[in-house]
Amino acid sequence: MDLKTMTYIVVGATFLLYIGIAIWARASSTSDFYAAGRGVNPIANGMATAADWMSAASFISMAGLIAFQGYQGAKFLMGWTGGYVLLALLLAPYLRKFGKYTVPEFIGDRFYSQMARLVAILCLITISITYVIGQMKGVGVAFSRFLDLPYEWGLYVGMSIVFIYAVLGGMKGITYTQIAQYCVLITAYTIPAVFISMNLTGNPIPQLGLIGNDVGSGTPLIAKLNQTIQDIGFGAYDGDPPSYLDMLLYTITLMIGTAGLPHVIIRFFTVPKVSDARWSAGWALVFIALLYTVAPAVGAMARYNVTTTIWPNGVQGEAIAVDQLPQWFQNWETTGLLKYEDKNGDGKIQFYNDKSEAMKTLATERGWQGNELTKFDRDIMVLANPEIAGLPNWVIALVAAGGLAAALSTAAGLLLAISSSISHDLLKSMLMPNITEQGELTAARVSMAGAIAVAGYFGLNPPGFAAQVVALAFGLAASSIFPALMMGIFSKRINSHGAILGMVAGIGVTLAYIFAYKGMFFIPGTAIFPASTPEYWIMGVSPEAFGCIGALVNFIVAYVVSSVTAAPPKEIQDLVESIRVPRGAGVATSH
Amino acid sequence: MDNESGNAYWAANIRLVTVLLAIWAFVSFGMGILLRPMLMDIKVGGVDLGFWMAQNGSIYVFLILIFVYAVMMNGIDRQYNVDEE
Repeated sequence: MDLKTMTYIVVGATFLLYIGIAIWARASSTSDFYAAGRGVNPIANGMATAADWMSAASFISMAGLIAFQGYQGAKFLMGWTGGYVLLALLLAPYLRKFGKYTVPEFIGDRFYSQMARLVAILCLITISITYVIGQMKGVGVAFSRFLDLPYEWGLYVGMSIVFIYAVLGGMKGITYTQIAQYCVLITAYTIPAVFISMNLTGNPIPQLGLIGNDVGSGTPLIAKLNQTIQDIGFGAYDGDPPSYLDMLLYTITLMIGTAGLPHVIIRFFTVPKVSDARWSAGWALVFIALLYTVAPAVGAMARYNVTTTIWPNGVQGEAIAVDQLPQWFQNWETTGLLKYEDKNGDGKIQFYNDKSEAMKTLATERGWQGNELTKFDRDIMVLANPEIAGLPNWVIALVAAGGLAAALSTAAGLLLAISSSISHDLLKSMLMPNITEQGELTAARVSMAGAIAVAGYFGLNPPGFAAQVVALAFGLAASSIFPALMMGIFSKRINSHGAILGMVAGIGVTLAYIFAYKGMFFIPGTAIFPASTPEYWIMGVSPEAFGCIGALVNFIVAYVVSSVTAAPPKEIQDLVESIRVPRGAGVATSH
Repeated sequence: MDNESGNAYWAANIRLVTVLLAIWAFVSFGMGILLRPMLMDIKVGGVDLGFWMAQNGSIYVFLILIFVYAVMMNGIDRQYNVDEE
């Protein structure tokens, strides 16, 4: 069977499964719609959280990022997993005990202020919209690449699928489809990784392959990789990062940003008990780690495979001839994500770092006229993995379904965070306090449909901020939501003035730093400093790493302002007391 | 729950969280990033300890930390009689 038919069958089968689940798991109350009736088993919620969390970026892009960055790519690995420790120890059990539905609801109630609620709603919507556009693009790209459908059609199909299960089932439908999506994406990620690890290191477990030896030479894989890429002028794979300080702050920002992402936090509202929220965070990280500990092996091995494909006998030998390129190379060239140009007309592709001085001498000696692998998109690393390993068509089809599952599951979680903050926080808590349960459920479904339409529109016309997920979404979550939640739980003294001014100050400095390097509201040409030139960064701190400084500013401002103004009223202090003890969580759910 | 027992419960919680977060920071920011140059001579298979901690090891430690927290915190809940009956 040809690849396209196979891909249609596999992707079609997974879509039918998602729709089947949607029909089975319809929501009949606001509690179902916002929190899956608080009846989700902690292990099941862990799995759903893993799918919710692992986006198109985790599935498709992360291994490629690590492949090109080497050691320092670990900031993504530690940052996007370490946040779960903060979530489990500092936020999830308490927010579950609070027993309501949304993140702005906690911030608004705890800081007894509609202003605080509004700031939280605006942050949530900015974060989630930025994030969801990337998922929509991922869906469109996956369709166009694997199913030969135009990008727009892919987007419409993806939107329709999400529409069916998110509008019908709300959190309940989303939870059970996410569980199915997790199974699809983890299988799709693991199978090629196992085969590639087996080929290169003789060890089928990729985590052990990463620290294992190269099968041919018996030297450690990473040492072999170092030599292979240093021979063509690139830095060592395990070499030092340009700045350890920037790597540290970047990692911290991703960690506290992860812990402050509303679409992840609300997943912990779905479990029956406070103790379940603690277990569930652990299970979520188990399921996330199954992908995240494999990703660095995939990255290193893909980098090695690509380099040795072009230099089959090392740099001492000849580069591969154009007419001998493997099939996968040609397949990806047609997508435009991979390009080569035979600059010296010798029919071979010399791939090297033409900015390295040492390589310039070698290039003159051997008659090379610049690097001829002119484009190699990092996303190819995961998507082409099964082809590089020579795996059968059904594995390639499964990777397509896995990429779609990763993008759709995260999109659905984000859309729920957006729609519940509109129907519950904006309408029910602020504008229409007398709305009935049935009215609110209808409003939730309508705002879900609206959110899908907005996400689809931005997917078709990506605005400037769409590419800034790491800087904008993680920066905002780190500098505003995480500190507000943590102080709301761990301090009885932080009052509404402190919380509001703290959030505004945290967001303010973070956005100022990001905009200064990336343009005012990301409009091209309005940046004060060039973004990609580290010598302009204050102390070498990149805009993406700045969120943790914003968080620090938030903490300090909130503390200082609260200490010079009146303490929160008695009932708020009682509220804090009550969320600190697990007993009585069942009672608090009756809303 | 009376005030005294409530304060003791919260203090026990803060102690546990502080210890676990100290380990969390030590393995990731410490061994994985800042202390890596000092750990270069210690090897885990074919890579140095800092590299392994940054790319794989810290994630395993994170996992252990969350499960230790869940077990111990559920125990503290029972000890102070504030668990969910």
